[in-house]
This record gives sequence, C-alpha cells and structure tokens, in this order.
Amino acid sequence: MGKARTAGSRRQACRALAKANPNPFEVKVNRQKFQILGRKTRHDVGLPGVSRARAIRKRTQTLLKEYRERDKSNVFKDKRFGEYNSNMSPEEKMMKRFALEQQRHHEKKNIYNLNEDEELTHYGQSLADIEKHNDVVGSDSDTEERGALSAELTAAHFGGGGGLLQKSALQEEGDKPKSRKELIEELIAKSKQEKRERQAQREDALELTEKLDQDWKEIQTLLSHKTPKAESGEEREKQKPKPDAYDVMVRELGFEMKAQPSNRMKTEAELAREEQERLRKLEAERLRRMLGKDEGAKKPKHMSADDLSDGFILDKDDRRLLSYKDGKMNIEEDTGQEQSKETESQEKEEEEGDEDEEAEGGEESSEGGGRVGSSDTDSHSDLDSSMGSGEDDEPAQQPQQQQAPGRRPKGDDQRACKAAGRELPYTFTAPESYEELRSWLVGRSVDEQLLVVERIQKCSHPSLAVGNKAKLEKLFGFLLEYVGDLATRDPPDLEVIDKLVVQLYSLCQMFPESASSSIRFVLRDAMHEMEEMIETRGRAPFPGLDVLIYLKIAGLLFPTSDFWHPVVTPALVCMSQILTKCPVLSLQDVVKGLFVCGLFLDYVSLSRRFVPELMNFLVGILYIAAPNKQSLSSTLVHPFRALGKNSELLLVSDKDDVATWQRGSLPLRWASQRSVPSTAEANHMRLSCLAAALALLRRCVVTYGALPSFHTIVRPLQALLKEQQAERSHPPELQELSQSILNDMENQKQLYRPLICEKSKPVPLKLFTPRLVKVLEFGRKQGSTKEEQERKRLIHKHKREFKGAVREIRKDNQFLARMQLSEIMERDAERKRKVKQLFNSLATQEGEWKALKRKKFKK
Amino acid sequence: RALGHLLQAVLASRGEANAVFDILAVLQSEDPEEVQEAVHTCSRLFGALLERGELFVGPLPPEDSVLAGSHGAMRKYKVWMRHRYHSCRSHLGELLAHPSFKVKELALKTLMKFVQLEGVHPLEKPKWEGQYLFPRTLFRAVVGGLLSPEQDHSLQINQFREYLEFDDIRYHTMQAASDTVAQVTSQHSEVSLAFWNNTFTLLSALSLPRQECDISNFYVKHGEPSDMWKVTHLKEHRKAFQAMWLGFLKHKLPLSLYKKVLVTMHDTILPRLAQPTLMIDFLTSACDVGGAISLLALNGLFILIHQHNLEYPDFYRKLYGLLDPSIFHAKYRARFFHLANLFLSSSHLPAYLVAAFAKRLSRLALTAPPEALLMVLPFICNLLRRHPACLVLVHRPQGPELDADPYNPEEEDPAKSRALESCLWELQTLQQHYHPEVSRAASVINQALSVPEVSIAPLLELTAFEIFEQDLKKQLPEPVPLEFIAAQGLLGRREDICTQLFTLS
Repeated sequence: MGKARTAGSRRQACRALAKANPNPFEVKVNRQKFQILGRKTRHDVGLPGVSRARAIRKRTQTLLKEYRERDKSNVFKDKRFGEYNSNMSPEEKMMKRFALEQQRHHEKKNIYNLNEDEELTHYGQSLADIEKHNDVVGSDSDTEERGALSAELTAAHFGGGGGLLQKSALQEEGDKPKSRKELIEELIAKSKQEKRERQAQREDALELTEKLDQDWKEIQTLLSHKTPKAESGEEREKQKPKPDAYDVMVRELGFEMKAQPSNRMKTEAELAREEQERLRKLEAERLRRMLGKDEGAKKPKHMSADDLSDGFILDKDDRRLLSYKDGKMNIEEDTGQEQSKETESQEKEEEEGDEDEEAEGGEESSEGGGRVGSSDTDSHSDLDSSMGSGEDDEPAQQPQQQQAPGRRPKGDDQRACKAAGRELPYTFTAPESYEELRSWLVGRSVDEQLLVVERIQKCSHPSLAVGNKAKLEKLFGFLLEYVGDLATRDPPDLEVIDKLVVQLYSLCQMFPESASSSIRFVLRDAMHEMEEMIETRGRAPFPGLDVLIYLKIAGLLFPTSDFWHPVVTPALVCMSQILTKCPVLSLQDVVKGLFVCGLFLDYVSLSRRFVPELMNFLVGILYIAAPNKQSLSSTLVHPFRALGKNSELLLVSDKDDVATWQRGSLPLRWASQRSVPSTAEANHMRLSCLAAALALLRRCVVTYGALPSFHTIVRPLQALLKEQQAERSHPPELQELSQSILNDMENQKQLYRPLICEKSKPVPLKLFTPRLVKVLEFGRKQGSTKEEQERKRLIHKHKREFKGAVREIRKDNQFLARMQLSEIMERDAERKRKVKQLFNSLATQEGEWKALKRKKFKK
Repeated sequence: RALGHLLQAVLASRGEANAVFDILAVLQSEDPEEVQEAVHTCSRLFGALLERGELFVGPLPPEDSVLAGSHGAMRKYKVWMRHRYHSCRSHLGELLAHPSFKVKELALKTLMKFVQLEGVHPLEKPKWEGQYLFPRTLFRAVVGGLLSPEQDHSLQINQFREYLEFDDIRYHTMQAASDTVAQVTSQHSEVSLAFWNNTFTLLSALSLPRQECDISNFYVKHGEPSDMWKVTHLKEHRKAFQAMWLGFLKHKLPLSLYKKVLVTMHDTILPRLAQPTLMIDFLTSACDVGGAISLLALNGLFILIHQHNLEYPDFYRKLYGLLDPSIFHAKYRARFFHLANLFLSSSHLPAYLVAAFAKRLSRLALTAPPEALLMVLPFICNLLRRHPACLVLVHRPQGPELDADPYNPEEEDPAKSRALESCLWELQTLQQHYHPEVSRAASVINQALSVPEVSIAPLLELTAFEIFEQDLKKQLPEPVPLEFIAAQGLLGRREDICTQLFTLS
C-alpha cells in the first residue's frame, strides 16, 4: 500500500482543522530555532491525533477489509457509480448515475449497424417516419382527429365517471346492465380498433404517394427544364382543389432557388482604383529597393555579457532567449514575414490570374464572347457546370483550371483551321533539351511558333502534374537560347523575339529564381567570352546582337531601378564592359554601342543613376563625327583614339548625302549587317547614328541635370557640340537638335553647395543582457548540468518515497498485528464467557439436582 | 660517314691535313643535316687539336708569309692549322644566323666549347705570370652573332642564359654586348627593331650576384684564380653592367622597348648599378615623354629620390600632370596607383598639393569604369585621412554657396589650382553611380571618415570581370524582385529611349 499523499490538499485540510479545532492539547507545534528568510515552513503545526485517527480509519476501510476477506472466494463487488468516491456529493453521484443509465439506453445495440441512431419520437411515433412521408392526407386527418377527441373518450376521461354511468343506465334498458369494468374494456377495444383502422388508411395513402412519386420521376426526365413548377401544379390539382393564385405565388417564391450570395461585381472605377493601388504598392516597394535602405538598417544583434567582442560568432545562434522582450520581437518578426509572404503569394496569384486571362483572351474572343473581367468567366463556367451534377461545392478555381487544358483544343481548333492547313499537334510535352524545342519551332511561321510555345506552357501547367514546374523552368532557359539563336541569324529574326518576350515575361513571373539564374548564366557566358579576348588581346570586339537582346530582355523582366539586383547589376557591369573595352571599328559597332547606351539610359531611367561609361561613349561618338578636332582630343577616353584609322568613322564627307538624308529610327538589323553598304547608304547611316547619339545625349541631359557636377560632366560634350555648331556641315535638323541640347545644358543652373558631413550619432553603449540560469533548487545542487541535476533530483525523490513506503508498511503491519491481537482477545473473551456460562448452567443444574436430592432426603 | 673517316685521317697523320678543307666545305652545304654533321666533326677535330696544342700560339702571322718563309715544317703546320681554325670559327659564326634552329643551336654549343677549350689552352702567350686570359675575340664574335640586326634571336639568347650562370661568361658578355651596341650604332644610322629586341633580351637576362664571395663559378676552368683578376670582383661586374646599360639606354629606343626597360628598371637595373644616379638623365627624359612611359619612369625616379638623395623639384607637379582620363584605362593602372599611393603617403606633403590630387582624381573618377572607381574612391578617402587639413574638401560647414567650382582643371601647377577652396562634388555625384558598391564607396564621405586607412592593395588589380563574378556569387534574395509592368514586346515600352530610337525591322 503506497502512501497516497496529495500534499497540497492534505495541508489545506490540516489548516482548516487547525483553525476549526483549536484544542491546544491536540496541536503539536514544531518550534523553529531560527527564523530563515525566504524559507517556507511546512510542518510548523501538526495534529498528530487527527492524522493518526485518519490513518486508522483508512486502514480499517481498506487493509482490514482485505484481511478479513483473505480466505473468502466470493467477492462482493459494488459497481455503483462513484459509491466510494468521497469527492462527489450525493447529488452529483445521482446525476451521473442517471446520465449513465440514459446512455446505456441509447447505446447501439449492434455495433455494425451504422445507421441506427437515437430515435426521436413524437406521440410515440418515430419522427423520422413522419418526416419521410409527410403526406398531406394523413397529417390532415390526424390533426382533425387530434383536434376533436371522441365524445366517448372525453366523457370517460373527464366526465368523472358520471357520464359512463348514465350511459350504462341507458343501456340497462336494452340488456342487462354492464359493470364498470366491462364498460372500460369495451371502450379500450373500440379505441384500439379505431386506431388500427386509421393505421391501415395511412398505409394505403403512403403506398399511393410512393407510387405517385415514382411515376413523377419517370415523367420528370421527359419534361423540359422550364416547366417544373407548372407541372407540379397540375400534379397537385389531381390531389386537392386548386389553390388560388396568391398561394401559388407564395409557394413559387418560397421554393424558387435562391441566388447564391456572391461578391459584388466591381465597377470599372473600383477596378481601376485597385489596380492603381497595387501599382502604387509595387512602386513603393521598388523605391525602397532602389534606395537600398533595407540592407543597412539591421538592428543590432544580441550581445551577451560574456561577449569578448573578439568578433567570434557562432554560425547560428539557436539559443532561445529568455528575455521577454526578445521573445516578443521574434514573434513579431515571424508574423511579419508570414504576412509579407502571404501578400506576395496573393500578388502572385493575381498575376497568374491575369496571365490566364491574357492567355485565354484569344480563344474566348474567337468563341464570340466579349469578356469584361475575370468574374465574367466565372459566371460562364457556372452556367456550364450547372448542366452537370452538383460539383459546385468544389473550390471555385478548380474547375477553371481543370477545364482550361480540356477546353483548349476546341478553341485552338477553330483558329488552326482558319490559320493554316498545316497540322500542329495539340499537346506538346515540355521539351527535355534545347534541340527538341528547336526542332519544333524552326521552320514555322511566327504565329505557329507562338502557338507551340503557348501549348507547351498549357500542357505542362504546374497545377497539372508534379514535375511540370521543373519542366517549365527549363523551358525558360531553352527559350532564351532560342532567342539568342534567332538574334544571331542573318538577318536576325526579331519579330519572333518580339513576340516571345511576352512568353518569357510570363514564365519569369512564374519562376523568378530559375529565370534569373538562366539569364545570369547567359550573361556570364557573354562576359566570359569578352574577358578571354581582353586577356589575350587587351580589347574585345563588340558582342553579337544576341547579347544585346539578352540585356534588353533582362531589363524587361526585372526591375532595373533596384539598388542591387541579382540580374540587373551584373547586366549593368556587362554593358559597362562593352562600352569601355570594345573599340568602335565599324558602323555596326556604332549602332551596337548606341543601342547599349540606350539600354543603359532605360535601365537608369527611373533611378537616375549616373553612368560614366555612357557619357564617355557619347563623347567618343561625337568626336568621331567631328571634322576637325585636334583641340578636343584631351578628354577622349578609351576605347576611342584621338588619331588613327577609325577616328573619322562618322564623318560625312559628301554634301549631297547630307541633303538627301531623312531622319528615322535605327533598324536593329544594322547591328549585325554583314554586307557592305554603298557610300550614300553609309553616309545616311552615319547621320542616323549621329542623330541617335544626339537624342541619347538629350535624354542624358534631362536625366542628369540635377547631379551636383553636371557641368563638369558635360563640358567635353559641350565643347564638341559647339565645334559642330560652328562647322555647320550637318543637316539643319541635327543642327537644331544640338543647339537645343546646348541650350538645355546652359540653362541647367547649378549652385555649388559646400559639402557637409552628417553628424555622426553618438555610439550607444553596448547593452549586455545578463545570462539567465534556471535555479531548480537552492543548495549545492546548482553547479552541475541539467541532466545531472535531474538525476540527483530523481534519486532524492526515490529515497524519500522509499522511506515513506517502508514506514507505511511498518504501520500496516502494526495495525494488522493490533487487529489480530484484538481478534484473539475477543475470541478468548467469548470462550471464557461461554465456559463461564456452561459452568453456570452446570452449577445451577447441580444445585437444582442437589436441592431435589435434599428434598427427597427430607421427605 | 665520310666526314668521320676524314676526321680520323686528319687526327691520325699530319700528312692528311688537307682533308680539313673538305670538312670545312661541308659547313657551307645547303642540307642542314650535313651541316650539323660537319659542325660535329669540326668540334671534335679542333677540340682535339686544341687539347693537343697543335695550333699556333701567339700573334698569328699571315698565312702566305709563313708558308713562303723558311720556318720549320711543324711551325708551318701549326700556323696553317690555326688559320683553318679561324676560318672554321668564322663559318660557325655565320651559321648562328642559319635558318634551321638545330644548326644554330649546335653552332652556338660548338663555339662555346671552343671558348672553354681556348680558355684552358690559350692561343696567346701570357705577358706575365698569372695573366688572365680569355678568348675575347672569339667570344665577341659569338655575342655579335647573337645580337644580329637581321633576325630575332630570342630563342638562342634564352639558350645562352645557361652560360650566363657562369660569372666569367657574364662579365665578358656585358663587355662584349656594350662593344657590339657601340659598334652597330656607329655603323648604321638606323638600327633595326630586331637588334634592339635581341639586345634587350640579352641585357635583361643578365643579373648580378649579390655578394663578392659568390663569384667563383667560372666557365673556363683555371688552375688557381687570382685576386688580381678583374673578373673576380663584383665591383668590376657592376661597372661593366652599368656601362652596358648606359651604353644601351643612351640611344633612342623604340617606345615598346622603353616601356619594357622602365617596367624592369626599379628592381632589376637600378639596384645593380655602380652609380644609380647616372640613370637620372634617362629617367627624366623618359618622364617628359608623357603617357604610360612617364608613368613608368616615375618609379625609377622615386627610387632615386628616396634612396639616392636626388633633388627633383617638379616631381609632384609631373605626377599631377600625369593624371588624365586615360590612367583608368591604361594597362599599368595598378602599378600607377600603387606608386601614387606610395608617393602620396608622406605626411609632410603640403595640404594644397594633396587637395589638388584629391580633386583631380575625383574629377577623373567621373569618367572611370566601376573597377577603377572601386579603387580610386578609397584612394581619395585615404588621402583625406592622411591629411586632415584636406577634410574641408568634404566638410565645410560655414562655406558660402558658389556659382561655379573654384577648382581650375586646366592649371598645371597644383598650387594654383585652387583645389582647397573647392569641394568634392564629384564624389557626391558618384553616390548616384549605377553600381551599388561604387555608390557605397562614394557615400563614405557623408559621414566623418573613420580613422584607419582602407588598404587599396587588394583593389588595385580588380577587373570588371571580377566585379561581375562577385555580383553573381551573391546569394539570390528570396524572392527575386520582378518587374511589375508587363512586357509587351522587345521594344514594347513607349517611353523607353530604345523604343524611340530603334526599330525591329
């Protein structure tokens, strides 16, 4: 028997007793020699008598009982709920028992019968039955009958018996009077019969309705959708008189399927506002990245008081900080991240939704359905699905996405029929290699190529199968390679590239990581090639058109204004390398260089960052276009040379060509043109290049006007332009342009404000958080590790428990011995008493006998 | 085979000596194989004769007079044979310019073998006991053959390097080279590039031992090297070295060679000269050439100023003049900035000078590519750190607002450039640079500059490709930011300048 001491409750009980019973002779006070602060005294007051009595009582209830029943094989088990539970009040016990009884009633009889449920009844009938055939007839008759009880019954029940007697008196006239008992029996029989009749009637009606239902179902399939109400109306007519129009109306309204509440269609203004909001948010995000603020503003890391500030940092601090504040901060961070992730995923979804719209736009329009927004498609799909079974409870997006590939062939079919007789397969597995993709695309028309790419994308949409995501990620790389291929052709196939960019954009939106890494890979290739050339020869030729196209695409897919961006920053370095390391040897190089300049300007159009290479290149271009320039060569920067073969590359000698030149935009194919143009063409090309350079310069002036050393930057350009103005050999259009640029430059008023360092903030003192150690117990057990402490604690506990158990057992034995002794003594006393009694009776007998004998002697 | 028999015959009996003519005739053959064989034969023949002492020793009389005269047959034979030896030497000297490399190589080897044997068995009588005898004429012919004005002999000179390990060969090479240069330049008014290249290759292959005691490695083995000999003294070596270089550098060299000389000047030439200050003329004239050459000359000048007390008043002005936009694109960018860092490391420089340099550099930084900017921005900041008086360039709290930059970039004198009145607005401009690292480096001036200097040594050799690689190596941010304006096409955006200027077709 273990020691069942629930210390807390016991102690409370003690206290209560001690307070209730202040008998000083029962209280034992353990006097403390010294008062120790912070120590809780638990055993200052004890009630030995009380506790001993309690122990004895408990033993008599348990141990003694066992002892007494030790030789008995029959056991009396009291299974009444909570009979020996002293914690429960009798009321509680009763309640529980009642509940248990109820439960037992309703427990399933058969565990295999899943349908059997608690049966609800009304008037002794199963409610389920009533609900199942809520036939009008039966219920009507029922209510009637229920409404008016039979006169006899009422008389019998409520008439106080008088009525019956009267009746019997009446009946007495006919035949001999019946006794009261007979009367009642008769009454019962009658009511039973009535009941049986009623039941039979109801069953008939039930049968009929069921049959009717079946018939109706058969007919219903034949009927069209629109007329169910009228039909049911007719049906009803057969059964009962025609209800008036009002009722019909009410019923109709009542039964009419209610429209599902849906989101309100957004008005155009709202949509626009939302879009604006979204753009503004994205723009704010972009600005934040542009300034590159988030990197610098890291909060100071936690620093321990044990920190030696020697720079040694553990790889990862996985300690959980105990400080309240930090814990809170951590939680906040987590939620913040989650929120941002959520918003981003939302954005992604939105964007994906948009793509779907775009992608589906074509086919939908071919079906002739003008669509306004995505909500409209939803309604379409609703209509479609309402034909089939009710799968509406699936998530709304599911059917749309599932149907997209399924419906695909239909729309394409029409278009393909219209477009060409050539057959395109409807499904494309995602290409495994670049060659595969190439074999599909090469030799097809622009539209077909686009269609192929689109179909590949649709057929392996990530939502369709698990591996599709990886496949599409690869597709991006292959497409990029294909674009490069197209760009290196002669003449370059720029139309297709133009169209493919849209696809690349959508793929990039889906898989930003893989897209960025493949663009980085392509750029790395280009840079590597250039670097090799530079190492061996000190300079490199201008890269092919493909690299320029890649750079352009990178600018289209990624935000170019970020302070640092994994794709854009390398792309900028690449462009800088092109402009500084590649000498301009031909007109093609000029076109390429100008294109790169344009790219540079586009990249920095939002962030307005300064690009020295761009200005250098423009200086060089103006220089090679200037006729006499010996005075200006000092500002020229690599790769341009003041003297040499190419120092007059853009110089137009022929006056006639100047006159016949017309301004237009530069075709990109010039960049990769290999055929040698005629002199007049070349001169026109030169002038076009010059015009482009001037336009670029103009944009530069606008962009960099606010820079603190704007005038220093443009001084060489200014000199060159002035020279050009003085020369007057260029077409008037260009003259005007350069004049306006010069004016712009001069109008840029600038104040040189002296620089001032920001006041550095005072360095805050290092804050050290104390190291917290959990104190389990006071005493000498502190120093060791946690496991050791735990072990010691357990050993200690075990020891105490062991001692307690031994003491308890000893007490049990004592108690038993006491009981045995008292038993023996009782037995002995009994025996003594019995012997005494026997002796007594014998003595009296003897006495009596002697007395009798004495009498005889006397007589 | 036939040559072998002839050789045997000549060596066996003096009567067969006329066969030497046959051997020498083969030396002029067309077939390189035959020539090689003949060279081998000659080498063995005259080697054996030299060792036997069968060649005439002393000043050689003319062949005809001896043969006609009434000297002993032995003497006649020796004189005759000596003449054959000489003609063989001259033939071999011609073979140094043979088109076949193997022949050249073999001829060189054979000649050097003769040099060694002649050294041991000198062909001239010592004038006094223990006189140092070296086959100078033969050796000069060898060096003269190597430094031919017609051909590029760099391969052979490289081969010749192995003989330059020997101290006596080196010493005599220096002498012979200076003689040859003097001779060639005096004969021709216009000297070919090949000659200068050959000479430079040979000259740059020469290096001097560090200590006197190291000179003990002789090619020509002597019985007991004497202290009296010039060839055993390092000082004499230095003198020869100096004479050679000065003789070489006083001529007008092609520009590419100038650069090569200047590149090696500071660590291979200057420390080995007997009187380094003699280089001043060359260096100052190089310094006035301009561009990369003056840049390279600065290094030598600096050593002279620093270690040899050279007074060169316009040094910093020259350095200042060298700063033009091309320094960021030149091949020697790293070297230049390393030197400039060194020159400007003195803390005793006047503030106006440092300010002028800082201002000039930041002006130039406006045209620099990112890799140069990443180096030059910390450079400028270091200048400001070293000279707190120049901090006004970035921190001028009570300065008035100006209409124009007071700094005058055209002024050649840094003292008059008014740089101290200006501010480094260029750096402020570069805070807007497109490359994040550059922008960060330029933003340093916004705060008070931290005290310790930033070491620019690791930045000197930075290339654009390395920057590119660094950017690629950075961790991809999660998620990658994307452009939110949907792409319409390659030139899809209206407001883009590319769209306005270019068309697809």
